[in-house]
Amino acid sequence: MSEDHPWTHTNLLGIDQLSSADIRFLLRTAAGFADVSTRSVKKVPALRGKVIVNLFFEDSTRTRASFSLAASRLSADVLDFSGKGSSTSKGETLRDTARTIESMGVDAIVCRHPLSGAAVQLAQSVRCSVINAGDGKHEHPTQALLDAYTIASRKNREKNFDFDGLTVAIVGDIVHSRVARSNIQCLQRLGAHIVLVGPPTLLPSTFSQLGCELSYELDTVLEQADVIYLLRVQYERLAGPAFPSAREYAACFGMTTARLARAKSDVLIMHPGPLNRGLEIDSAVADGPNSAILEQVTHGLAVRMATLYLVTGTPHPDVV
Amino acid sequence: MRELADDARVDELIDELASSIEKNMRGGVWALIGIRSRGDLLARRLAERIGPDRFAGVGTLDITLYRDDLSEIGPQPVVRTTEIDFSIDDLHIILVDDVLMTGRSIRAALQSLMDFGRPSRVWLAVLVDRGGRELPIGPDHVGLALEGQMDPGEQVQVLLRPHDARDAILGGSTP
Repeated sequence: MSEDHPWTHTNLLGIDQLSSADIRFLLRTAAGFADVSTRSVKKVPALRGKVIVNLFFEDSTRTRASFSLAASRLSADVLDFSGKGSSTSKGETLRDTARTIESMGVDAIVCRHPLSGAAVQLAQSVRCSVINAGDGKHEHPTQALLDAYTIASRKNREKNFDFDGLTVAIVGDIVHSRVARSNIQCLQRLGAHIVLVGPPTLLPSTFSQLGCELSYELDTVLEQADVIYLLRVQYERLAGPAFPSAREYAACFGMTTARLARAKSDVLIMHPGPLNRGLEIDSAVADGPNSAILEQVTHGLAVRMATLYLVTGTPHPDVV
Repeated sequence: MRELADDARVDELIDELASSIEKNMRGGVWALIGIRSRGDLLARRLAERIGPDRFAGVGTLDITLYRDDLSEIGPQPVVRTTEIDFSIDDLHIILVDDVLMTGRSIRAALQSLMDFGRPSRVWLAVLVDRGGRELPIGPDHVGLALEGQMDPGEQVQVLLRPHDARDAILGGSTP
């Protein structure tokens, strides 16, 4: 594996566009940014004079804050643009909004949108870099990358980010989850084996075509998993009742201390946040030694710094 | 490229550099910090020769994020880790690099260093002074001085084990 892998992407729209070499290069770059947050001056001048815009059409606190802080630590200027309650509610199209913002001379747009494919459409409308911070049920690439970084750091795979032999169980509402889609691709490309777990209403059998093992019972996969990744029950995306009650979901798919006791002793418990405590995860598990939930947030910063650094530095193919 | 110093000569030069540094180490607490990707190897070798216990630490600095040419068009240079696991506050820091030319790397290294703390004083040790400064920066310790002996277009390259297969200093036009 070459240290000087050529990074050629001006956008990060999804894990789908990245090769395993791209993913490993980005994660290695992130390792170079991780220590910035531990210095007495937590800032480097790498993106001085560049402008990064947060364009969020969906509620988000942590992802938005993480991108803002990542941009600040690189000395870029950050413009926060909320899709809600702005000109979009007056009927402006995504394309027009983006081109208006771009005309202010920005270098990158970080976009979150409730529609799948929004980031791709945005990237086709503007010449600056576009980073997908979540589009509908499609992808959330930086989440998957920070998850991979977290797994590598807790499972001692930081040297080459090779996940051969690791089994990752992704549990919950798979069908509505962009986190699951990005993670499946990212972790598979790094060599992990993926088991998807959830009620049949939230886990269509078509997911087996992605090369994943499917299971409708968490209890049967507990013993084989090296990582148990719990997804948030997204009430806002559920059109109808996908399971009879929250209590039943917790009983079948909730990560409890009793289930943790039956898992491998070094199993890693992960969750993209925000947590529904008592539903998909018990407090004792979320706050226990197997949990990497807060590390995920910490590593998100380094991964997003690396992403901003790499995409803004890559010349646009139209500019020669 | 022609060979300006072979394995044995590089060894001598590092010895000379080490004794020059050692003579200067009076009072205070000292540390070595090498600039990636060969200054760090050089810093480690200097520490071995002078005695690792004479230093509060030996660190590695990656200056990529502080370079002054990042905003120019072209793919971003590879970022590697900076490893300074000790406080540099009030220390005498010897900054170590393989080749000194324009001084721009040293400017970046100084800026980076100041973000880690406030050293008492920073010294500069280089294996080769190539000449061709573009900034008012001068070394305190030099192994091989080539000032005025190289044509402007010519380059100097230092090879050091284990990064390279052998130790050498090469000079001339790159093929």
